[in-house]
Amino acid sequence: MQKGNLSTLKKLKKAYFGLLLHELSINILKAELNEQALLKGLANNDSKAVETLYKSHFNMIQHFVLNNNGSFDDARDVFQEAMIALYEKVQSDSFVLTCQIKTYLFSICKHLWLKRLHQMSKFSGSLNVEEDSISVDDDLIDFEKKDAAFEMMHYALNSLGEPCKSLLEGYYINKKGMQELADNFGYTNADNAKNQKYKCLLRLKKLFFAQYSIGD
Amino acid sequence: MDDRKLLETIEDYLTGKMSAQEMATFEITRKNTPELDQMVVEHSLFLQQMDAYATRRNFTKLTESTFQHLLARGEWAMNSALPYKVKMIQLWNKYKKVTAIAASVGGFIALATSAFIMYFAPSLNGNKLLQLSKDIEVIKKNQQVQGHLLNEVKSKVPENATLLSGGSGFLIDPKGYIITNAHVIKGNGAIVINNLGQELHASIIYADKNIDLALLKIEDKDFSAPATIPFTIRKKMSDLGEEIFTLGYPRNDNTIVYGKGYLSAQTGFEGDSSTFQVQISANPGSSGAPLFNDKAELIGIISTREKLAVGVAFAIKSNKIIDLMHAVNDKEEANDVKLKISKEAHQETFNRKNQITNYKNYIFSVRSYN
Repeated sequence: MQKGNLSTLKKLKKAYFGLLLHELSINILKAELNEQALLKGLANNDSKAVETLYKSHFNMIQHFVLNNNGSFDDARDVFQEAMIALYEKVQSDSFVLTCQIKTYLFSICKHLWLKRLHQMSKFSGSLNVEEDSISVDDDLIDFEKKDAAFEMMHYALNSLGEPCKSLLEGYYINKKGMQELADNFGYTNADNAKNQKYKCLLRLKKLFFAQYSIGD
Repeated sequence: MDDRKLLETIEDYLTGKMSAQEMATFEITRKNTPELDQMVVEHSLFLQQMDAYATRRNFTKLTESTFQHLLARGEWAMNSALPYKVKMIQLWNKYKKVTAIAASVGGFIALATSAFIMYFAPSLNGNKLLQLSKDIEVIKKNQQVQGHLLNEVKSKVPENATLLSGGSGFLIDPKGYIITNAHVIKGNGAIVINNLGQELHASIIYADKNIDLALLKIEDKDFSAPATIPFTIRKKMSDLGEEIFTLGYPRNDNTIVYGKGYLSAQTGFEGDSSTFQVQISANPGSSGAPLFNDKAELIGIISTREKLAVGVAFAIKSNKIIDLMHAVNDKEEANDVKLKISKEAHQETFNRKNQITNYKNYIFSVRSYN
């Protein structure tokens, strides 16, 4: 009688653990699907996805930066840069994320912050770290290249002056049509606006390539 | 084909705005004209870069607005994320009332005795920090010494009033608005004295003891308002080691004194993040004195110094001044107060000597009476 009871108990235990394991694997699967959905949203500029990422991960970065000689503003800047790095990574066709989003963001932030500490020569030799991180060197090199190109374009655009800056931004960034731009800027017709745009574009390209060829 | 049309055609080709037939013709021409081919490659590279630029810029905007949105909703408490700090604040909120009652009873007795004790035994015990406002006794004494002087030019301090405290302050808006430390204003009336020794009536518009800032307004027909403010207010935190200078009135004879130093830590006393530490000689009376950098930016305001360490002073960060100005603008909108934050620094290229000669007209000695 007692023996029978024991074996039933064992069977029950086994079934229970099996169930637990099953649930666990489902949860992992769910989390993975969630992450995939988030990344897809991010790639499509979905503001909900961006909000979710900020809500779930910014606190961790804030904690890390504040614990390592930084301020709230530093944390905001570093996290934004990591978000841009992730965003540009998911844009590319060859994109694969081999770890959790959390780990990826943290790794990027950690490296960026370490670099900034070095620049300010405030680095004391050890970081207060509680999170796991992975090596993101290749991604960072890529990110920095894009960063440099971004700064060059930014500088070139801002050196143009008005109306060139707004005209080109309207056409290439806000993707407005020439007719609409002509109306906005008060040119008598689209052809005049095109003429102005052409002159501006020549100047912008000159400014941009002057730096770009040096940088490369 | 003129150059403009040519570039437009290339762009149409690259952005897929051509019909299949046009495209075929274009490609043949491209094959046969190396020059055209080169232009296409160059423009294609440019458009790629422009596209990357636009994409990143739009995304940056998205993250910024998302962040601001979440911040406004109270998702994160700024500057207080460390758990122990939060706990401190909670404790403070919990015991605020008890502390206030205890402090007001104790404070009354303490105020009466501390000035006396501090004057004779300045650095033996007590707090580690010394507020840099001048003491009652010091000013009184000064009044006695220079009594005849004060009588000659009729003082604007009401006859039966007693001076309580003093320090420095500076103009932040040409209309006569002056920023100083809240602890400089211990009484409920104030006068300011410019660097020529001229006394001017001022009213106390706003004082916040927590951040230790106060706003005065000169209300005196003798005040000649300047057209603009020659310095800007720095929004971001300044760099470690940045060279700074100050102008204030630590001396009793109301002479403006220049001091030079550097930013020595980005946080203040015991890690306080609303202040920073500077290496500069500061004395009682320096409270409320502005700190400038070489770029004609106001980066902070001197408030306290460490009692035992000579040359170590703490300054309130300039963004707190901006916060205060915004707060005042919001609160006093009905009373037609509209503070303008100076955006353009002139004389940026001037040397230090000219900077000082110019700035001293904007810096005042502040006295408070009851």
